[in-house]
Amino acid sequence: MSVLATLALDIGWGSTLAIKTILVLAIIPFGALVLGYTFLLKMMSHMQSRLGPMDPGGFHGWFQLVGDGLKFLQKEDIMPAEADRRVFAMAPAVIVMSTFLIFLVIPAGPRTIVEDLDVGVFYALAVSSLSVIGVLMAGWASSNKFALLGALRAAGQLIAYELPLLLAVVGVVIQAGTMSLQGIVTAQQDGSIFGITAIGNPFIFTQFIGFALFLVAAQAELTQPPFDMPVAESELISGYMVEYSGFRFLFFFIGEFGTAFAFAALAATLFLGGWAIPGVHGATAELLGPIVLFVKLMAIAFLMFWVRFTYPRLREDQLQSLAWKVLIPIGLINIVATGILKVAVG
Amino acid sequence: MTTTQPPSQLPGFEVEPGSLNPLADARLAVELDTGDMILNMGPQHPATHGTLRLVVRLDGERVIAADPVIGYMHRGYEKLTEFRTYPQITTLINRIDWLSSFANEVPFIHAAEQLMGIEAPQRAQHIRTLLTELSRIATIYLFLGEMGLQVGALTPAFWGFRDREHVLNLIEGATGGRFHPNFNRIGGVKDDLPWGWIVECRAAMKRILDGCDDFEDVLVGNEIFQARTRGVGIIPAELGAAYGVSGANLRASGVDWDLRRDGKPYLSYNELDFKVWTHQDGDSFARYWVRLQETRESVRMVLQLLDGLASGPVMAKVPRIIKVPAGEVWVETENPLGQMGYYVVSKGAIGPFRVKIRSASFSNVSILPWLLRGLYVPDVVTVLGSLYFILGDIDR
Repeated sequence: MSVLATLALDIGWGSTLAIKTILVLAIIPFGALVLGYTFLLKMMSHMQSRLGPMDPGGFHGWFQLVGDGLKFLQKEDIMPAEADRRVFAMAPAVIVMSTFLIFLVIPAGPRTIVEDLDVGVFYALAVSSLSVIGVLMAGWASSNKFALLGALRAAGQLIAYELPLLLAVVGVVIQAGTMSLQGIVTAQQDGSIFGITAIGNPFIFTQFIGFALFLVAAQAELTQPPFDMPVAESELISGYMVEYSGFRFLFFFIGEFGTAFAFAALAATLFLGGWAIPGVHGATAELLGPIVLFVKLMAIAFLMFWVRFTYPRLREDQLQSLAWKVLIPIGLINIVATGILKVAVG
Repeated sequence: MTTTQPPSQLPGFEVEPGSLNPLADARLAVELDTGDMILNMGPQHPATHGTLRLVVRLDGERVIAADPVIGYMHRGYEKLTEFRTYPQITTLINRIDWLSSFANEVPFIHAAEQLMGIEAPQRAQHIRTLLTELSRIATIYLFLGEMGLQVGALTPAFWGFRDREHVLNLIEGATGGRFHPNFNRIGGVKDDLPWGWIVECRAAMKRILDGCDDFEDVLVGNEIFQARTRGVGIIPAELGAAYGVSGANLRASGVDWDLRRDGKPYLSYNELDFKVWTHQDGDSFARYWVRLQETRESVRMVLQLLDGLASGPVMAKVPRIIKVPAGEVWVETENPLGQMGYYVVSKGAIGPFRVKIRSASFSNVSILPWLLRGLYVPDVVTVLGSLYFILGDIDR
């Protein structure tokens, strides 16, 4: 990996940018496929006593999602006659773009990061909420009442959930003393719990409230059950994507699961120490980093999808009261407690 | 149900609790100029179990008025029965409530038997009761899972389908048909139970009881499920009765009325020991809870029947060509969805002169315009799910 990075530096700025772009663009469908296969096809089937597809590709039907993707490519691209054509066509791209932008700041090794921004955490959370613009565009341009209801629900949900998401992260930022994701990882790697440095200091031990808040809010951000009101299959059929078919629908799917991948990576970075293994530095860390991050990320994704397949859906007004009356006060208390402890303990 | 009366003249409209103040509404409309939105839920909406169409007038997501439109699946069974012989008609009425076909056959066969003065042998009655209860379990078990789907939990729905399969296998084993057994004959049933069926039945009942415990854990005990269903879609007892709501929907409103116990005795229910469950709340949660208990109660009944299954023939002596003497009879039974009745008029021919079918779902959904007013769109789906209707049972 370090060889690659050195090589990239040698071949100039423009080529480096191109390589980085292609890499991140490849990660999004990869993440969507991995999560879709592991959790949507296998774990969900297991929980629901279904077999799930087993034939395509030989081993446990691993090829099924690729086949599904190819199927979407062949489908007719239907656009409603009344649709706002340009906005309708752009909406899926906006959603995937927001996923793309999150991946730019997530580190997978000491140097394996596209751009180590000083405000990395807040950048990631800010661009993640861009996707709601895509959702609103899709809902409005579809000229469908169900789609419109779904899009407006998504907008209301975003306002309610962006705040707890940020508040959950503030505790981590206070503890690490930096907003850079790379800095947060290093702080966890080099930290110690009561002088024991064997596992570093993953913030999940001190910021468990923040971790729980982050997972709940991320669930709402990803429009997964119990907060999938914008999609709500039994009420709004599929909400904002009801009019989409073929390739454009595939974009929504990739966006949804790619964002889940990104949020799991973000949670792993913030609370589980990201790519880092305590005591491992240099070239070894470069090599192991992506694998370590992937394992941690899958553990968190497991939690997210477990909830997704188990819980019923809340109502929109119940979600709002949960966010404003429960999550935000808890988040504020967590920040105050973290601040006091930081000053008191040092 | 496009009523000729304006909705405000239907019973109960004037006493609706928590209704929107019309004056405040008008003021708001002037200030903000927010027009209402008409939303067509159905006939292809997943929450309408088929082809029920709900024309919902919305203010934001709040329902101002809901108007069920039925008839998309009308098949004219009442008229068709006039051109069939009595044995042929069971094929038709199988398809009224297609999830509990066997239970549909029973009241009609009873009506014909009563007109002819035939009594089915005791073993036949026991087998009929067994299969009726099994189809009740199959129907309601599906509801127990599907209710999860209505409130957004996918997993229980699949559990419902999975375990119902065991019961369908039993029905298929005994009758040869999974969904449409067509097993009742005037004077008894077609065949005796196959060898080994009773052992399998006991095993399947165990699975159903386990499944009921799972539903209790995953849905009834779930805070979100309770938040979504408690206090949503409350049917007051008198109003429900006035609209003709029956079955578990009415029992969930605290009305202790079950035709198996309180009606004219039919099948072998007077030999069985069972409890009629009621709930005081009358909301969606109560309807779910009552049905959950009823499934367990049905399992108890099946086990009792298996223990005390009578011996003897399964068919009474009937003429080869069935002609029903002139007369009229009304037979009603407690079906999985509620009260089902047949009014059969015979003029002494091989087929009935006129059959009037009273199906439960038709009356159950008639309360929808009253029930849905003031709710949110998600609650519309919850209420539709908890009323549990089958489109075939509405349209016939």
